Amino acid sequence: MKKGLKINKTATKDYITYLVVIAAFIIITFMNRGGMLNKRMQGLLVPVCCYIVMAISLNLTVGIMGELSLGHAGFMSLGAFTGVVVSQSLITAIPNDVIRLVISLAAGAVVAAVGGFLIGLPVLRLRGDYLAIVTLAFGEIIMDVINCLIVGHDSEGLHVIFNFRGDKTVADLNLAEGGSAIIKGAQGAVGTKTIATFTAGFIIIMITLFVVLNFVRSRSGRAVLAIRDNRIAAESVGVDVMKHKMIAFVISTTLAGMAGALYGLNFNMISADKFNFNTSILVLVFVVLGGLGNILGSIIAATVLYILPEVLRGLQDYRMLIYAVVLIVVMITTNNPKVRGLFLKIIPKRNKTEGGEAQ
Amino acid sequence: MEFLSYLISGLSLGSVYAIIALGYTMVYGIAKMLNFAHGDVIMVGGYISYIAVSYMGLPGWVSVIAAMVVCTVLGVLIEGLAYKPLRAATSLAVLITAIGVSYFLQNSALLIWGANFKTYPSVISGTLNLFDNRLSIPYVSMLTVVVCIVIMVGLTLFTSKTKMGKAMRACSEDKGAAQLMGINVNRTISVTFAIGSALAAIAGVLLCSSFPILKPTTGSMPGIKAFTAAVFGGIGSIPGAFLGGLLLGVIESFAKAYISTQLANTVVFAVLIIVLLVRPAGLLGKYVPEKV
Repeated sequence: MKKGLKINKTATKDYITYLVVIAAFIIITFMNRGGMLNKRMQGLLVPVCCYIVMAISLNLTVGIMGELSLGHAGFMSLGAFTGVVVSQSLITAIPNDVIRLVISLAAGAVVAAVGGFLIGLPVLRLRGDYLAIVTLAFGEIIMDVINCLIVGHDSEGLHVIFNFRGDKTVADLNLAEGGSAIIKGAQGAVGTKTIATFTAGFIIIMITLFVVLNFVRSRSGRAVLAIRDNRIAAESVGVDVMKHKMIAFVISTTLAGMAGALYGLNFNMISADKFNFNTSILVLVFVVLGGLGNILGSIIAATVLYILPEVLRGLQDYRMLIYAVVLIVVMITTNNPKVRGLFLKIIPKRNKTEGGEAQ
Repeated sequence: MEFLSYLISGLSLGSVYAIIALGYTMVYGIAKMLNFAHGDVIMVGGYISYIAVSYMGLPGWVSVIAAMVVCTVLGVLIEGLAYKPLRAATSLAVLITAIGVSYFLQNSALLIWGANFKTYPSVISGTLNLFDNRLSIPYVSMLTVVVCIVIMVGLTLFTSKTKMGKAMRACSEDKGAAQLMGINVNRTISVTFAIGSALAAIAGVLLCSSFPILKPTTGSMPGIKAFTAAVFGGIGSIPGAFLGGLLLGVIESFAKAYISTQLANTVVFAVLIIVLLVRPAGLLGKYVPEKV
């Protein structure tokens, strides 16, 4: 009675996060069944799920680990193209869409995990802005390398050409009868059979939440928080900085790869340029506006900010301008002590914890 | 001869990067922020110069001055409206604001000048032919390199000799202490932004003279590259930005010529990663170990 039934504050917060996501999924599913969503909104469902996972996973790196990453889209890209290649090659072997989707997502996650580990080795030795610029560099490198790939599949298996001189085409793959190209260099993946569903999106969000929330409360998670708050102090009590940072970073990239795989399988064509620096920045904006280290905040920010430009579509060319102004105004109002003081006077009953989390 | 011509085009491109990187590094040194909108100020400079030459028929050098004036005002405005309220905020908050400013500038340019690219009329044309026409050097390249060296020397003298320059160095060292010594920190930061933006305008004109395609996103990639150059040389260091810019330009030019056009950026970024692993604070940056 003393210990068993006591639910502490952090656990309550976690349960609320799960509940919000489940409730949102149920409501949106019913709205969709009832025909309350138009075509455009339906098209947004899966990408929103992917970006929510991206935001939560980046929050693990930026908010919880405290290191700025500007190349998160690169891992999404690794996952996306792996997912597409796996799904397209297994199309005859495994006709069931659901099983193929699960395998593709797992493959995307594994490749992104390996990529995250290899990139983490040099990156995590650096600090601050130097770490940020190297993640940016890796993001651009991944994009360029995928842009050079030509991949095809036929009865003999996969054919891959690395087209770094720019003189190869799909014809150089020498595909057998009945084979097809999956990735066509700079054009990206074309003719992908789209098998992503909103339910799959919901499930990967739940997996992500489960992984990240449990990680933060684990031994390794506490070590990462200690490193973020004071690296030297953590080191001096025997915390292995590199190891725990690496665990957090690889989890973050794995989840990004999974989200990428689902994203890639949601469009019948996608190019590597989609996952450029701007996409990394877009996800970073979700994380910062949602509040560093605040998982529910990331989910809400990703949803609202991803849908906002679509809602503003009526304003055409002005929509990105408005988006930019919203971004600047929100940052100033939440971070300037004077403006914030003014808000706190108007709404005196704002709880204190919220201010503390935004640090 | 081929080698020499690649080297020269690399130096010319590198000089443009160096000029942009000088702006980046000065702002970083003093405000400790990554000004992602810097690349877009370059784009604005390019457009202003384009308008002055094409629509108003002004001579090239007047268009450069016009671009510098507009960009300086723009830089100070951006600093005052967007960054000044966030002086005490975390660096991530300022970074996101800078990204917001960058979006704002790009989309304003899109609304004003349209999405179609404009062909920039070169400020100087013609080439210098040497060795029986086997080596031709565009005058623009020579001018770019010269301008870059002049700016580098000028900035070094400015920061070491003048009162304002010394104030800048003091602020970048310790803002609180500088304020106690009677330095107006806010004004010093504004002046830094003004200088950085004026340099961006010059870089914009030179960049568009070498690569005459002007569109709202013209500044983003050179901006990122120049940021890379600044880190490469050691961010906060003026000679470092100069050296980093030149090296980056030359590496990019050689990578394009001898390795692969597609992977030129990859080579540049790979070199950056290797340099940072060996020297974590860049080529000329000071590595400050943490003291407990």
